Amino acid sequence: MIIADRKPFDEIKELTSKAKNILIAGCDGCVAVCLAGGEKEVALLASELRMQRKMDGLEGEVEEIVNVRQCENEYVDAMRDNVEKADLILSMACGVGVQTIAERFPEKLAYPALNTKFMGRPVEPGVWKENCEGCGNCILHLTGGICPVARCSKSMLNGPCGGSKGGKCEVDPEIDCAWQLIYDRLCKLGQNDMLAKLMEPKDWSTSWSGGPRRVIKESARE
Amino acid sequence: MRSGSNLEKVLSSGHFAVTAEIGPPKSCDPDVIEKKADIMRGIVDAVNVTDNQTAIVRTSSIAGGVIAIRRGLEPVVQMTCRDRNRIAIQSDLLGAAALGIKNILCLTGDHQSFGNHPQARGVFDLDSIQLIDMLRRMRDEKKFMCGEEMTVEPRFFIGAAENPFADPFEFRVMRLAKKVMAGADFIQTQLIYNVEKFARWMEMVRDMDLHKKVYVMAGVGPIKSAGAARYMKNKVPGMDVPDEIVERLQAASDPKEEGIKICLDIINKVRSIEGVSGIHIMAIEWETSVPDIVERSGLLPRPSLN
Repeated sequence: MIIADRKPFDEIKELTSKAKNILIAGCDGCVAVCLAGGEKEVALLASELRMQRKMDGLEGEVEEIVNVRQCENEYVDAMRDNVEKADLILSMACGVGVQTIAERFPEKLAYPALNTKFMGRPVEPGVWKENCEGCGNCILHLTGGICPVARCSKSMLNGPCGGSKGGKCEVDPEIDCAWQLIYDRLCKLGQNDMLAKLMEPKDWSTSWSGGPRRVIKESARE
Repeated sequence: MRSGSNLEKVLSSGHFAVTAEIGPPKSCDPDVIEKKADIMRGIVDAVNVTDNQTAIVRTSSIAGGVIAIRRGLEPVVQMTCRDRNRIAIQSDLLGAAALGIKNILCLTGDHQSFGNHPQARGVFDLDSIQLIDMLRRMRDEKKFMCGEEMTVEPRFFIGAAENPFADPFEFRVMRLAKKVMAGADFIQTQLIYNVEKFARWMEMVRDMDLHKKVYVMAGVGPIKSAGAARYMKNKVPGMDVPDEIVERLQAASDPKEEGIKICLDIINKVRSIEGVSGIHIMAIEWETSVPDIVERSGLLPRPSLN
């Protein structure tokens, strides 16, 4: 899923300071699961913001709404009545959600309350780690199911570099060396021969380097 | 001859080669490189010019290499994948060859988070092994990475680095084999302080016959003080400094002289290991120690081959 993290309160305070009526819009998708922008987090930010605005002597209302998914037009369009009353929609969804609101309500300000981080998953309570960069050309079958593009700090395809020590990355001892993990897993699977093969340079044109991407499924088009 | 470089001639004629590292300055002052080059003239077979090492902005390695040539020294120009994509690397390599550079050391590069612009976007379009392969194809097949042909190809002696002290240890030699397969002509190792572990690694190199396919240059360098040794041991990624070295420096009345003696001991030991074709001296910010080290190792005069 998409992992996000709330912006610091001071930054949110600053970016909402000129607005009168604010609608905080959460999303019940990924950001609810990663405890960044679901119902609870929306309620918490709304009360913090109300208190702060009262102390600052600012007028106006801070309303709350959470929809099923902020990345789909139909759910976002259903917010119309709430949106009408606000001058600013403070989205607690990922960057996709913020942009959906901006596009569906072009006359309104849509600001982000979260920093969208990565595609990943929880590895222990309260800790999420990155797994996928969306490069558009998956090679996980060659690397023991561990992605070197997203999980090696240098995205090396023929790693590990000389900075791998005790299974950790030189960039940060909290980062597992992806190539140590790949090495261990391929050895365990009896696929050591994969390690001896030269991995060709990646065709990055399927990644963001090829420009913003789109997926078309003809069977789903009407 | 692949490149006709002096380093290639020294190694291929069976001499024990000596190279040393010089780091360009954090400014555009050519004097710094000229002075360092002057220290090394007649002392080493080639000087290795670093490419923004530890991700700190400095005069470029190609410019540094050209300044070294002007001072009568042959450069080994480092090329990393951190700051350039395949377009920029190939272009820089053509330019380097046009300016008379004959040796290139292919590196992935230190991560930008270590340097003075940690906010920079890292490129890493290629890794070091893919870079080696690209250079070999440019030289031997006269082809760009995309497959298009070129009229005049860069004739490089292709170098790579390997760290026998990084993990996973058993995979290190396999990785060296990949570099050889990709087209590396010579290898520079990480700084060696744990000679025993290096010897074990060389044994694995010989088991795979890699020493017959690639020239292995052992990385050595003097340490100035016990504090510096401790810093390398604990803070520099991929370094293996045994306690014994720290203790020797700690106990010495003249730590600098002791640091040189330790370096001489290590050179002496690695020279006797089968498959070691030369040494690469990394006396970072202590380039003035290099003539002394080479002289006292009995490696002077350097061969003069034409």
